[in-house]
Amino acid sequence: MSGAETTQAIGPAEAGRTHAPATPRRATRALRHIVLPWAAGPAWFVASLLTWRVPDADDFPDTNELAALFAGIGVALLAAAALRRLSARAPWMIALGLGLATWEVAQAKLLLLPRPFFGTPQDLLDVFLTDWKRLGDSLLHSLGLLAVGYTVGSTLGIATGVGLGRSRHFRYWVLPVVRLVGPLPPVALLPLAFVLFPSNWLASEALMALASGFPVTILTWSGVAAVDPAYYDVARTMGARNRFLVLRVALPAASPQIFVGLFMGLGMSFAMLVIAEMLGVKSGLGFYMQWAQGWAAYPDMYAALLVMSAMCTGLITILFRVRDRLLGWQKDGLKW
Amino acid sequence: MVIAPTAPAERAAPLGIRLCGIHHGYRIGGVFTPVIGDVSLDIAPGEFVALLGPSGCGKSTLLRLVAGLEPPHAGQVLADGAPVTGPGPDRIVMFQDPTLYPWRTVRANVALSRDIAGRRDDAAVDAAIGMVGLKGFERAWPHQLSGGMAQRAALARALVNDPRLLILDEPLGKLDSLTRLTMQTELLRLWQKRGFTVIMVTHDVEEALLLATRVVTFRPRPAGVISDMSIDLPYPRHRDNPRLLALRREILVRLGHSEDW
Repeated sequence: MSGAETTQAIGPAEAGRTHAPATPRRATRALRHIVLPWAAGPAWFVASLLTWRVPDADDFPDTNELAALFAGIGVALLAAAALRRLSARAPWMIALGLGLATWEVAQAKLLLLPRPFFGTPQDLLDVFLTDWKRLGDSLLHSLGLLAVGYTVGSTLGIATGVGLGRSRHFRYWVLPVVRLVGPLPPVALLPLAFVLFPSNWLASEALMALASGFPVTILTWSGVAAVDPAYYDVARTMGARNRFLVLRVALPAASPQIFVGLFMGLGMSFAMLVIAEMLGVKSGLGFYMQWAQGWAAYPDMYAALLVMSAMCTGLITILFRVRDRLLGWQKDGLKW
Repeated sequence: MVIAPTAPAERAAPLGIRLCGIHHGYRIGGVFTPVIGDVSLDIAPGEFVALLGPSGCGKSTLLRLVAGLEPPHAGQVLADGAPVTGPGPDRIVMFQDPTLYPWRTVRANVALSRDIAGRRDDAAVDAAIGMVGLKGFERAWPHQLSGGMAQRAALARALVNDPRLLILDEPLGKLDSLTRLTMQTELLRLWQKRGFTVIMVTHDVEEALLLATRVVTFRPRPAGVISDMSIDLPYPRHRDNPRLLALRREILVRLGHSEDW
């Protein structure tokens, strides 16, 4: 009786494993590994052909250059497909190629969207081709401003957080200040900062350090406060002094939390960077965007936005790479 | 298993511990709660002393005082006649949990005391890892180890420093019974070979009788000594040895468990 039941229970599952038609799965595999990778290049050729052959609705710059760029990307994608380097990204590349083709047709050929707020792909390309020097310069200025403020802010944040977590005296004197200043949006201090500091640059750096320092402080503190006291006992019985306990026990134990703080702080400093560049500092991507908007040069603004987005996501990627290296010991961690 | 060829002459001499009239307590919710009430003990160098008592009776606190992690409220802890003022590398504590640092590999965990002392002593670290049978796991992360392996790594970490006194706070309490048997044998072998002094807290009467040269029983909080007996049985001891069974009964009776036996 029970034997028959078991057979019945196992029967269908086993049949499913061995006799189920393998064709659908094989078809999916073929689609994923052959059809889609080889379709990515042609999608971009379609975009290139539409750009090149369909006449523009207005006098746009760089139409042929754009067609050539699309074609070049198409060739690169075909090469990637031939080298079997393109299965995971193939659907994205197809969508991107077709999306750009749609934009090109909708705006450059048919003028469906109101100008000047919506440019054409060739407008955007033109900005990169003609104004790359100023864009690059703005990027470097932004990175410089960010690097100083963020580094100072997060270093001070980690130090303050460790102090709050380890010393009662430090907590007594510093915590009220942290509670008073930290939750304040740093933007609120902007008018004051531009008056108080001798230069706009210094004011912006101070505000960016404040913006990134607060989350780093709080998360470092919570990380250090949560360290298992037994970890300290182990090191102390082996003769460890305070320096070792802070640098080699508290900091590594709190590092998962500290990285969350560094991540949040980086986001805060991006926000502060753009605000500072739009309001006080006369350089950088934020200033470029402000300027472009003033001249109604919307393609320039989109270009600056693209560069800024690449910068922010690049910096966050770097932060996560560092984190993955340093926190490889964790059982599980999220991947950026 | 590889055993480091170390001449006995190089070993540090075992430590003698004397506790004189120790009183200790904690403030819990604003009320002072005595934990240890007048404990005096004299532990000779090289002894293996088991401290037995109901859980929460203050034995672990006593170990913290011997380790120097806390100063006693009253009384004195003397190590070889000198008062203990703080923790020191010659008195190594092994806790109930392995407390390995999760951000260090097994090898780096074992090498902890070397790092603290600012020394690199690869041979000693390798020897300690080999001694507890963890060769091949040097580069593993603690979360990849089983409970028994983690406790072995903690033992290697304690031994790499060539301690004069090993303080064990229920080190085998959370292991499964088979791993526990292996670890007991291991511990005994190491003690016989290296000759350090051992003070071990346990609430397993059988474990105390299998390992220790002396068993001290404590009454519940505030902890005080109720009995102190030498176990002059030869090693290796067997669980079904009639002398051992008789001693076990005697101790259980002293701990107030006459009917449970």
